[in-house]
Amino acid sequence: MSTSNLHFATIKHGGDRSFRAGAIAAAVVVVLLVLFVGVFLAVLAIPSLRRDTVSFLTSTQWNVGTGTLQFGIAGLLWTTAITSVVAMILAVPVAVGTALLVTQYVPPRVGSTIGFLIDLLAAVPSIIFGLWGLKLLGPFLGPFYDWLQRVLGWIPLFGKGVESTGNVLTASIVLAIMVLPIVSAMSRNVFAHTPRDHIEAALALGATRWEMIRTAVIPYGRSGVIAASMLGLGRALGETIAVMIILSQTTTEGINVSLFAGGETFASKIANNAQEFDSPAKTGAYIAAGLVLFVVTFAVNAVARVVAERRVS
Amino acid sequence: MAKRIEVEDLDVYYGSFQAVAGVSLVVEPRTVTAFIGPSGCGKSTVLRTLNRMHEVIPGAYAKGRVSLDGVDLYGPGVDPVAVRRLVGMVFQRPNPFPSMSIYDNVAAGLKLNGTRNKQELDETVERSLRGANLWNEVKDRLNRAGTSLSGGQQQRLCIARAIAVRPDVILMDEPCSALDPISTLAIEDLIGELKEQYTVVIVTHNMQQASRVSDRTAFFNLEAQGLPGRLIEINDTETIFSNPSLKATEDYITGRFG
Repeated sequence: MSTSNLHFATIKHGGDRSFRAGAIAAAVVVVLLVLFVGVFLAVLAIPSLRRDTVSFLTSTQWNVGTGTLQFGIAGLLWTTAITSVVAMILAVPVAVGTALLVTQYVPPRVGSTIGFLIDLLAAVPSIIFGLWGLKLLGPFLGPFYDWLQRVLGWIPLFGKGVESTGNVLTASIVLAIMVLPIVSAMSRNVFAHTPRDHIEAALALGATRWEMIRTAVIPYGRSGVIAASMLGLGRALGETIAVMIILSQTTTEGINVSLFAGGETFASKIANNAQEFDSPAKTGAYIAAGLVLFVVTFAVNAVARVVAERRVS
Repeated sequence: MAKRIEVEDLDVYYGSFQAVAGVSLVVEPRTVTAFIGPSGCGKSTVLRTLNRMHEVIPGAYAKGRVSLDGVDLYGPGVDPVAVRRLVGMVFQRPNPFPSMSIYDNVAAGLKLNGTRNKQELDETVERSLRGANLWNEVKDRLNRAGTSLSGGQQQRLCIARAIAVRPDVILMDEPCSALDPISTLAIEDLIGELKEQYTVVIVTHNMQQASRVSDRTAFFNLEAQGLPGRLIEINDTETIFSNPSLKATEDYITGRFG
């Protein structure tokens, strides 16, 4: 036979092409949005930054009312960082502990019920957390704060702060509760996916439950927990309403490193003053602060992604 | 070190499903016993009851008696964790701890037992890796990840990890089914050496393997899906493969099964 009967069917790729185009368009829009927000912040902030008469990064002054602009973010950066970091120190052990309990110790049905209850925390609006922290948690913990300050007051971290209980520590505790669901849910997810092989390898060596968790579950989940914590940290850094309601604003210059101090974070500073954005120069100062928050949260989330990706490989 | 295993009238359940019924057998010290039979016949389940690993599965439980040198593994007050320190296990897929080096994988069981002495750990790691015929291949890279080894080396690493805690019995659940023929041969040679010191029980789908490595062979079968698996016949491997007493055994080993 010189000519073959072999015949290839004609395949229509129209669906492939249009889906591909749509997917690319969606991805481009997302990237452009992020870029646009960054560029927008930078363009509005730069003129004010040029006119700033104090060091933007190291000053704690904030006088943007009239005349010369004097604004620096050192105080905001400190309060933002300390509230978030303390929140993570409180939240991560609880999140990891509950995730291990839920995935390794209790029967699956009990575990998913506990998980569901923790996830419900994510559904509570942040304004409610703020009110609760201000009116209930803070006053409730007041005597404990007094005791802590009496005993540990010689350490600057527990030094004299504000009179009210609307301090950094209250804000941190509330933030901890707010980030708990995300850190806990992601940790539960990685722990639950610990390969059966690793678990059985440990148990077959004569490991107790806790030893099995230590040799198989935690090493497997470690980078996932780190990634979850970073995402939680990103959330804590940017949380606005709850922190704004809880934290007492202070008028003193400089940074008080005490957990009992008041203060303002980037987000609460901007929100507290949003009604004063009457001149471009003044607005620009706040936007410059917002730009720093944007960069910091972006960096934290980027690190989280890198850590999470590395786990896969 | 090596101990005699006696199984008497063993039933195993996964929840309400009975997986194994009425198994009785004896495994002599310093012998290799192979469990063969079709999938779902309960041979892996029976193997796991020998170190109570079946209890890892929620709802699984066993009735009957399994004893090690006369001591009931299921007696009151016997901790399954303690049982597993005497009866080690090697699995179908090599499962070294991925976060640990070769050294730490072998030392893992000892560290669980509380051994911290560096010299003792060093000696045990070397003895165990030599015992698993892996020492010469890895002695210069003990700090590399256990998962950096080839599949066959990883399985020998898992054997080294199991013998590092000086168990009395080593259970192997299809230890070569994920390995190439060369690696399989290495493991089979190793099994022959292990029985000088340990009691070995191996589950295998490969009948040539059973005939090559084992002294005794137990054939398991089930009448139909959903019914419990049973021990059909156990005898010297040579007898099972040359002159089985039951037709079902002969059909299975000659490939006329099902």
